[in-house]
Amino acid sequence: MLVSTFVIGLVLGGTYALIALGLTIQYGVARIMNLAYGEIVIAGAFFTFVLVTSSGLSPLLGLALILPLSFGLSWLVYGLMMQPLVRRSGHGGKLEIDSILLTFGLMFLAQGLFVWGFGASFSGYSWLQTPVGVFGAKIAVGRVLGLGFVILIGGGLWLAMSRTRWGVNLRAVATRPEFAPLVGIDREKAARMAFALGGGIAGAAGSIMSMYQTFTAVDGSFLTMKALVIVIMGGVGNLGGAIVAGLIIGIVEAYVSYLVDPGLTLAATYAIFLAVLLWRPKGLFA
Amino acid sequence: MRTLPRSALASLAAIVVAVPVMALMPLVLQDYAHGLLVGLMSYVTLATAWAMFSGPTRYISLATVAFYGIGAYTVAVLGDHLAFAAILGAAALIGLGVALVVGLATLRLAGIYFVIFSFGLAELVRQVITWFETTVTHTLGRYIFIDVTTVQIYWLLLGLASVSLLLRWGIENSRFGLAVHAIGDDETVARHAGVNVTGVKLALFAASAVLITLAGAVQAPRWTYVEPSIVFNPTISFITLIMALLGGANRLWGPVVGAVPLYFFFEWLSVRWHDQFSIILGLTFVAVVFLLPNGVLALFERRRDADPVDRHA
Repeated sequence: MLVSTFVIGLVLGGTYALIALGLTIQYGVARIMNLAYGEIVIAGAFFTFVLVTSSGLSPLLGLALILPLSFGLSWLVYGLMMQPLVRRSGHGGKLEIDSILLTFGLMFLAQGLFVWGFGASFSGYSWLQTPVGVFGAKIAVGRVLGLGFVILIGGGLWLAMSRTRWGVNLRAVATRPEFAPLVGIDREKAARMAFALGGGIAGAAGSIMSMYQTFTAVDGSFLTMKALVIVIMGGVGNLGGAIVAGLIIGIVEAYVSYLVDPGLTLAATYAIFLAVLLWRPKGLFA
Repeated sequence: MRTLPRSALASLAAIVVAVPVMALMPLVLQDYAHGLLVGLMSYVTLATAWAMFSGPTRYISLATVAFYGIGAYTVAVLGDHLAFAAILGAAALIGLGVALVVGLATLRLAGIYFVIFSFGLAELVRQVITWFETTVTHTLGRYIFIDVTTVQIYWLLLGLASVSLLLRWGIENSRFGLAVHAIGDDETVARHAGVNVTGVKLALFAASAVLITLAGAVQAPRWTYVEPSIVFNPTISFITLIMALLGGANRLWGPVVGAVPLYFFFEWLSVRWHDQFSIILGLTFVAVVFLLPNGVLALFERRRDADPVDRHA
């Protein structure tokens, strides 16, 4: 059982890693602490859920559609709501506070909309439930496929960030925001791109998550909490760090829920967070 | 002896006048209004206590309900064993302990760590209590039978609200208050000026947390039945935050000015627009952040400052 729990944790951690990747890009480059981030993940899950249950379409189509849709939505949200805040308060500490407050409000707004539209109970559909054996663990094909997508999207993102001019621009704004404009990088454009990109990843992660697990209208804030912890653990803006930290959290969570109690997963995440804060507040790899 | 500015004396006078007037309210109003008074005074306390820490330091705490719930749940657990006053003391100590642990872990670091920790704190405490109750004590959900009337609860809350206001007034008019504001303006500068930054933040956070814990504990007897999911309702943190921001978290009376109208507005909303409550709550919040970034009181103050005749007032 210990091995199969590890595999389950790895799959879970893969989704967490993907969710955290989007958040670490948003916070690392745009410096917007987005507390409504998990709500985009849930929006992606509901979108796919509706597509599958009402029109009988494939969840894969949902994934293909939600990526540009949630990218576009986040692009709009940045332009309509974050940009005025950036212009009002500059890029410093005031923006951080304003964006925390604004996104906290958006989180409640989105949760209210989800509950109103879909109710507060669990939603989900069954897809590719046939179990396959992976190192002695029986895991649904959908979960394995989900992990495949996570690797695909995460790997593609890493390549784009490390090998292209576009990625260098984003990283420049993340590491030296004041100096980036000196070498001709439009800071505001980079921030907006990063915010939208993070949103796109969140939507995709939600769609993938819906393929193998049920979710509720108010799960977004849990996902945000876990993603925030992973982002801090991995180091803000550090893609590789987010992936490793996401996998650690997933595996620890799987063991805690197998060995102790499934109701203590967030407590386990926060225990790790506490250790990180006391020992390495700048991230495990700083 | 240092002379206090006239505005500080006026605030103190306002507290001295307002408290007895509010204390007489239950005698004037009919029974059905007593419940409303309790709810109102609860949010006045929560918003004032929240702003005591988060206003001047600019560390946004999203953990209000964590402490509120700890207070309420302590009463549920100890209700049959101790006198009410002793239970309140125990609740305050537990709230203080949790605040110190959270504060020591996060307040030495940048504000963002504190925000993230406070974001999950209520859920964390709720999970731990639920786990403890289901696996160790096997009693999830508890009844509270403590003989306290609604009016007595109201008076206790009024006492807490007064203490919060007086404490904040005292802080604002002391050297400690200068240190607090210095931290809010620029932490690095404050540290170089010799302020014990972490100590000041920790003390303020602990004081605010204890007041919030007591607000939850005092009200617990009104519930009769208590369960972790009832007392750790995140909406309470959210509403407290909007109230303090609407009035202006940086001012002594800001949270009160925000709490009074919003309390009645939300009461009406939760009856009339029950299903859309959180949507409207979210919209209100977004509107406050955009339109009144410094609160209503700042708006009035700006108008007054713009008027040259009144400048000496």
